Amino acid sequence: MTDDAPLPVFRTKGITKVYTTGGVAVRALDGVDLELFSGELTVLLGPSGSGKSTLMNILGGLDHVTDGQVWLRDMELTAMNDRGLTRYRRDHVGFVFQFYNLVASLTARENVQLVTDVARDPMPADEALHLVGLGQRMHHFPSQMSGGEQQRVAIARAIAKRPEILLCDEPTGALDSKTGVQVLEALRDINDRFGTTTVVITHNAEIRRMAHRVIRFQDGRIAAVEMNAHRVAPSEIAW
Amino acid sequence: MMHATDRKLLRDIRRLWAQVLAIALVLACGVAILLTSFGMYRALDDTRAAYYERNRFADVFVDVRRAPLSLLTEIAAIPGVQAVEGRVTGDVVLDLPGRVDISVGRVLSLPDLELPRLNLPILRSGKWPETPDEIAVNEPFARTNGFVPGDVIAANLNGRKRNLTITGTLLSPEFIYTLGPGALMPDNRNFGILWMRRAGAAAAFDLNGAFNSVALKLDAHAQSDDVKDALDDMLAPYGGLGALGRDRQQSNAFVDAEIQQLRSMALILPPVFFGISAFLVAMVMGRVVTLERSEIGLLKALGYSDPQVCMHYLMLAGLIALAGIGIGWGVGTWLARQLAVLYTEFFDFPFLIFRVSPWVYALSGLLALVTTTLGAARSALIAARLPPAVAMQPPAPPKFRQTRIDRAMARARLGQPTVMILRSLIRWPLRSLLTSLGLSLAVAAVMTASFMTDALDYIVETAFYQSNRQHATLLFAQDLPTSALQEVARLPGVRQIEGQQYLAAVLRNGHHEKHVPIEARFPQPDLSRVVAQDGTALEMRAGGIVLSQRLAAELDVQTGDVVAAEFLTGKRGTHDLTVTDIVPLYFGLGAYADLAAMSRLFQQTPRISVANITLDDTRSDALQAAIKDIPKLTGLVMMTQTRRAFQETIRQNVTIMTTVYITIAVLISVGVAYNSARIQLSERARELASLRILGFSRGQVSYILVGELMLIAILAQPLGWMLGRLLTGLMVQGFSSDLYSLPLILKPATFSKASLVVLAAALASVLVVRRRLDRLDLVAVMKTRE
Repeated sequence: MTDDAPLPVFRTKGITKVYTTGGVAVRALDGVDLELFSGELTVLLGPSGSGKSTLMNILGGLDHVTDGQVWLRDMELTAMNDRGLTRYRRDHVGFVFQFYNLVASLTARENVQLVTDVARDPMPADEALHLVGLGQRMHHFPSQMSGGEQQRVAIARAIAKRPEILLCDEPTGALDSKTGVQVLEALRDINDRFGTTTVVITHNAEIRRMAHRVIRFQDGRIAAVEMNAHRVAPSEIAW
Repeated sequence: MMHATDRKLLRDIRRLWAQVLAIALVLACGVAILLTSFGMYRALDDTRAAYYERNRFADVFVDVRRAPLSLLTEIAAIPGVQAVEGRVTGDVVLDLPGRVDISVGRVLSLPDLELPRLNLPILRSGKWPETPDEIAVNEPFARTNGFVPGDVIAANLNGRKRNLTITGTLLSPEFIYTLGPGALMPDNRNFGILWMRRAGAAAAFDLNGAFNSVALKLDAHAQSDDVKDALDDMLAPYGGLGALGRDRQQSNAFVDAEIQQLRSMALILPPVFFGISAFLVAMVMGRVVTLERSEIGLLKALGYSDPQVCMHYLMLAGLIALAGIGIGWGVGTWLARQLAVLYTEFFDFPFLIFRVSPWVYALSGLLALVTTTLGAARSALIAARLPPAVAMQPPAPPKFRQTRIDRAMARARLGQPTVMILRSLIRWPLRSLLTSLGLSLAVAAVMTASFMTDALDYIVETAFYQSNRQHATLLFAQDLPTSALQEVARLPGVRQIEGQQYLAAVLRNGHHEKHVPIEARFPQPDLSRVVAQDGTALEMRAGGIVLSQRLAAELDVQTGDVVAAEFLTGKRGTHDLTVTDIVPLYFGLGAYADLAAMSRLFQQTPRISVANITLDDTRSDALQAAIKDIPKLTGLVMMTQTRRAFQETIRQNVTIMTTVYITIAVLISVGVAYNSARIQLSERARELASLRILGFSRGQVSYILVGELMLIAILAQPLGWMLGRLLTGLMVQGFSSDLYSLPLILKPATFSKASLVVLAAALASVLVVRRRLDRLDLVAVMKTRE
């Protein structure tokens, strides 16, 4: 990876998102212009309620914008219908959620197979689990694993389709520092090894230290964008 | 390789197994009943049609006093008539070897040198009779009495006792259901059909060169009514008793009634079960989709399309359907076999396609699948339409609003748990309503079963203890003067005697008409009485007629109206009679008149067709022996025997029916109550655990769970009673035919028993679920993200 000639993967132009709940309009995103670059690990930093999860939902094709445009390279997401967005999610994006969202009735391997069953060119489920260090735990159910392990299964599930973008929403939010670090190491490892463009959303400012690029979010807007001159290894992060 | 989603499906089913089983059992009831009733309906209908076709069952039947054989050519010339068979028939008293009690045989002639053109019997064993002393008997009569070709029985033929050699056994389309004179149930021990060559039969009944019964086969396009009218005109001078279509042919009418009942059962019951199953599936699927909200979001985030998600949940319902269909097919096949065995006791077919055809299996399976799919459709569509971003967030808490009811509850100072119960009822009114509807159907099912017992007991009470109080009835070969009663009085053991005349007639009111025998009695009979609705014995009035309710309805007449009675026996003629009373009656279509008045109408001395008697029990054997030698008798009906046979049969059938209906009711109650309780527990787990953490006791928390469901169950009772009243009313209607009907008897015990069964089943189901409440891991519940 070089910082000299970055290629923009994602571009957004003036996106706004307004939720109406109980007759009150809430402006979750308020004109966000953003560029994300190929192979970079970006941390979206902001307090809760700042709109970062909404942004991730939109980048991931889970939600529609109220206004504005979003492109993945030359594909305009905001112009797609539900069917197009389903295909986009299936073929291009990997998700990692705060609460892992594993299917309780499926083993680790089967949870990964949920993806490999529908993806175009997936890696074998076993390989994905080996990549996150869970080769030995493949046949365990979520209830038999620790939170960190569950989150690593979720990462394996996200990367098994060989996505171009990995979107992680508070991946360490439900974990303690030690297991959280293991999860971050797995993410960093994937990013290094496959060059997968990775976005990590967090309110934990410490995590910004492992990113190429840090985008600070405040009240539905981008407050600042900064590049990290010296990235640190996850093992050096603690909270 | 199996997809991960499929594997999830199988594990979901395993996790939900108790609920799935509860639904599958209800669904299985529908499938099994459809399979049994519809399958047997088709089997019986097809078998009968094939039998009639192959053995040329006649279309029109008529009895006549005595008509010359030459008339048959004229009958054959009636337009529309394809074939004619003139026969000699009559009932005779039989003296069976080694038997004290008498039996009755119905002699039926076969053409002398050939086989009959119509109603062709099938030779089951031995050979056809040839000489006048040879007979063939119906197979069930031979089987029950152990007769084989070569055996000899004695019959009282025209005053002479003759020995008849059995050459073979037969089955005939005319006698699929064989009832002896005065009998309510087939009795193959004491009633048999004797086929005899024409020469022998004609000699026995003094009908040389004549016939007293005709059967006709009509062209496919013939107008049956026109042919019957022409036939009646032609036979009137010879004492024709009125042409009857297949619908009035006794055996066929009973098979018809059975087919009709199977058909209404196939139409009424399965939809009820399918409806309940659809509701249960809807309830469970609704909950599953709510619980799996985040998983739905996840599947979509992973790129599963809306139709794929929809299909996933429909397949879950499909698996429930498969379980139900599997059980239903198994139970249905078994039930159909049991029913087939039961049929062989009552119906005599030479062959029976008892196999339920594959398409009936396919139909029942398809209906079950469609039902569950419809039940799951709403939830599956909700899952499909759920936007992924919304699905990933926990659902908004259900909306509760302050209503007038809430304010009322506040004023009533109800405890919070009670308020929770009531609010939940009001918050989901449709669900509460459907739950109580399901339970009320169970109540109705139990009521239907116990109603049958009460109705049949009532029939026995009125028919045998109120109306027909005679011990026996002696049947005469032809009407005799009342002096015959003195001879009867001399028979051993006879205590009380009353004579009675049967007059074959056609009753008409406008375009309504009905063939019935009118029972004419002397005033103030003590034995065979006509009993009014209020239980009092009715007196006949001169020039009047008393009709049964069904007959009055069919003729569309009321008390005070006039009916025209065309008498077909004796001095024929038409007379107007005023309907003086209308009475309930459960066997046949009754019409009653005063014997003295009838005799004056015909300007003759009173004559009688039967003698009703009471007996000294200890001399019954002597009486039977004496009757065997009296030429003018054609039979003896022992009322006690008739009653016992009837009670025996209904007891068997009612026991089966009660077992089936109560099983059904329990399955419905358990299916509905268990699923409701599981779903409530699932929805309320966090709430209930929170209450426990706040210091509520187990009992208080259980109260919320058990209380809501039992409240719904109690509210379901009045609805169930109404449904039960409706369903029993439908049963009475569906059961009613010219042959018999049921009274609508609903005792308070019927209502309370039904409620007790359903409430007990519901309570048991909820208590099973309550046990899970005790095992609730409070900390874990609070930690899990809904």
